[in-house]
Amino acid sequence: MKKVVFGLEPLSCPSCIKKIEGALNKQNGVGDAKVLFHSGKVRAQFDDSIIQADELNKIIVNLGYPVLSQKVS
Amino acid sequence: MNAKRTSLITAISGLLLAAAIGLHIADFHDWKQTLLILATIIAGTPILIKAFKALRMKAFSIELLVTIAVVGALFIGEYVESAAVTFLFLFGAFLEARTLEKTRSSLKALVDMTPLEATVIRNDETMIVSVDDVELGDRVIIRSGEKVAVDGHIATGTATLNEAAITGESVPASKTIEDRVFSGTIVDSGFIEVIADRVGEDTTFARIIELVEEAQESQSTTEKFLDRFANIYTPTIVVLSVLVYIFSRNIEMTLTFLVIACPGALVISAPVSIVAGIGNGARNGVLIKGGDIMEKLAKIDTVVFDKTGTLTRGRPEVTDIHSFAGAPENLLQLVAEAEMISEHHLGQTIVREAKKRNLSFVNEPQDAEIIRGNGIRARIDGKLLAIGNRKLMAAEGIGIEESVEAYAIRREKAGNTAIFASIDGKIAGVFSIADRIRPEAAHALQQLRASGVKKIIMLTGDNRHTAELVGAQLGLDEVHAELLPEDKVAIIQKLKDTGHKVAMAGDGINDAPAIATANIGLAMGKGGTDISMETADVVLMTDRLNQFSHAYSLAKATVRNMKQNTFFAVGTVGLLLAGVLLGKVFLASGMLIHELSVLIVILNAIRLIRYTKRKSESQQAEPILVTE
Repeated sequence: MKKVVFGLEPLSCPSCIKKIEGALNKQNGVGDAKVLFHSGKVRAQFDDSIIQADELNKIIVNLGYPVLSQKVS
Repeated sequence: MNAKRTSLITAISGLLLAAAIGLHIADFHDWKQTLLILATIIAGTPILIKAFKALRMKAFSIELLVTIAVVGALFIGEYVESAAVTFLFLFGAFLEARTLEKTRSSLKALVDMTPLEATVIRNDETMIVSVDDVELGDRVIIRSGEKVAVDGHIATGTATLNEAAITGESVPASKTIEDRVFSGTIVDSGFIEVIADRVGEDTTFARIIELVEEAQESQSTTEKFLDRFANIYTPTIVVLSVLVYIFSRNIEMTLTFLVIACPGALVISAPVSIVAGIGNGARNGVLIKGGDIMEKLAKIDTVVFDKTGTLTRGRPEVTDIHSFAGAPENLLQLVAEAEMISEHHLGQTIVREAKKRNLSFVNEPQDAEIIRGNGIRARIDGKLLAIGNRKLMAAEGIGIEESVEAYAIRREKAGNTAIFASIDGKIAGVFSIADRIRPEAAHALQQLRASGVKKIIMLTGDNRHTAELVGAQLGLDEVHAELLPEDKVAIIQKLKDTGHKVAMAGDGINDAPAIATANIGLAMGKGGTDISMETADVVLMTDRLNQFSHAYSLAKATVRNMKQNTFFAVGTVGLLLAGVLLGKVFLASGMLIHELSVLIVILNAIRLIRYTKRKSESQQAEPILVTE
């Protein structure tokens, strides 16, 4: 399992939390996606044999939230 | 859809609206309608896109409601309404984002202090590397005005450092070889080389930021309640609006009802207060680990302190040097040179005092001998020194004059250990050593009482005599001495059983069980020791007790603020919905009031960022104590 942190623009609607978390957690190979509402970050654990960080990035962008930074560790 | 473009769209639709109002005054009816439709489309598009995206993810969103309402308004020819609603919705979101940024500004200010690069020496070569590339054991150079990019020990050099990022203290601390420095602090003046022992995500500073982030996300009980409330609330509103439609057959009123009822202010009311409060704490060097901790801390009525290291400084100091012949400095130098060989902590305290006064050690002790439990004997610069207690003086056959004895007893009654220093068989001076009460303790305890703490208790493993001295000095309600760690836990448990809400403050390690037992555990962590940062609910990043009283009154203010917000948000929605049903509130005006209520809630929370309890800088006279 790897950990990825995406930096987003400041989030202002609490409903985005459920939207983003729901969409990511539905993916195969993603565990424990968490939106840090106040810091404007998304943290997720993912299995890089099943899914790549870039794909997660795309999902967030498709939901309408530009991703400013991506850090995999 | 990025923030810049959204603001542009908001501005354009706002201008079109203004132009339409102008045309309305000038009576160009058709033009006005065209502009309004245009404004609706321009502002409505991003809302529509968001609604659609959410729908694709099977998520129900406020954008969807607004879209339905706007389409409905266009359909029945209410162009003013549709343009106003779309504009207000975007404008509200824009303002919300701006003001929310303010509530989060404290954390952002912290994050902005994160160093980006470091100057390191590798293979005799000096190079500037990104912080991510610094490795453990690297030798990092920091010049004056630069940021420290790692945690580590100073290898060479001295400097004064501004440690506000870690401790919230604005007064620079001076540091030299062997002292610890932290990432995120700034060298005020001086030049140091540091051996990195923590880099990147492992530095204290990075962990503070992570803790604050986590704390801001963790929900308070109020927030959890509001969340549950929102879960019931939204479907209820949908059902109600269906009922409204059945009874009134008025599609416009139904849509208005739906849009107005969106729980924007409700959902945001508690979290913004918590975020602002936690941010304020973090900026002042107090880590409060979440909204629920904030609420518990505000309810505390009993505070229990450990003595050593919490109410006192935790390390003995020389409180007085009384010299019967010559300057105290000269005597201190001689005695410290002799004590260099001592392994006893009282001896080491004297050596430390000499170093603190920048005295130079020139003479090596000759024929040095440690007399266990009594003191030392050594020859310095040809003089024979005997330093220790009365037993040693008696063994050496040195008489203690009555006036000297009287002085020593006075010092002991004040809580010191008295150490006699003799040169060539004559008493030359008396050293007083004590573990001092923190200078700000009395004042901080007063502030705690003023903010509503009913009972202040001290627990210590120390002897009764010393404990009672401290208790009297600080006006404590209860003092329990000679305790084992499990006794401390039992006392706290008993307090809890009798209905008190207890906070326990200790220095993190030996008090861990008691800290865990209390409703709120506070750790005094100079620069946040690992264990205290992990286990305590509240961490005071400097060793200053007045941070505790700040944290306590801040928690109270935050909870008050949260209640105001919740009450206000619920009240506004209730009034608006009543207004809609009575036909007094329409879509655009309702939207306006709704957005305003969200803004007011956020603005109220922003007050917390500036919250400081008026600190009087009056320093109490320093009482003195001993922990022998």
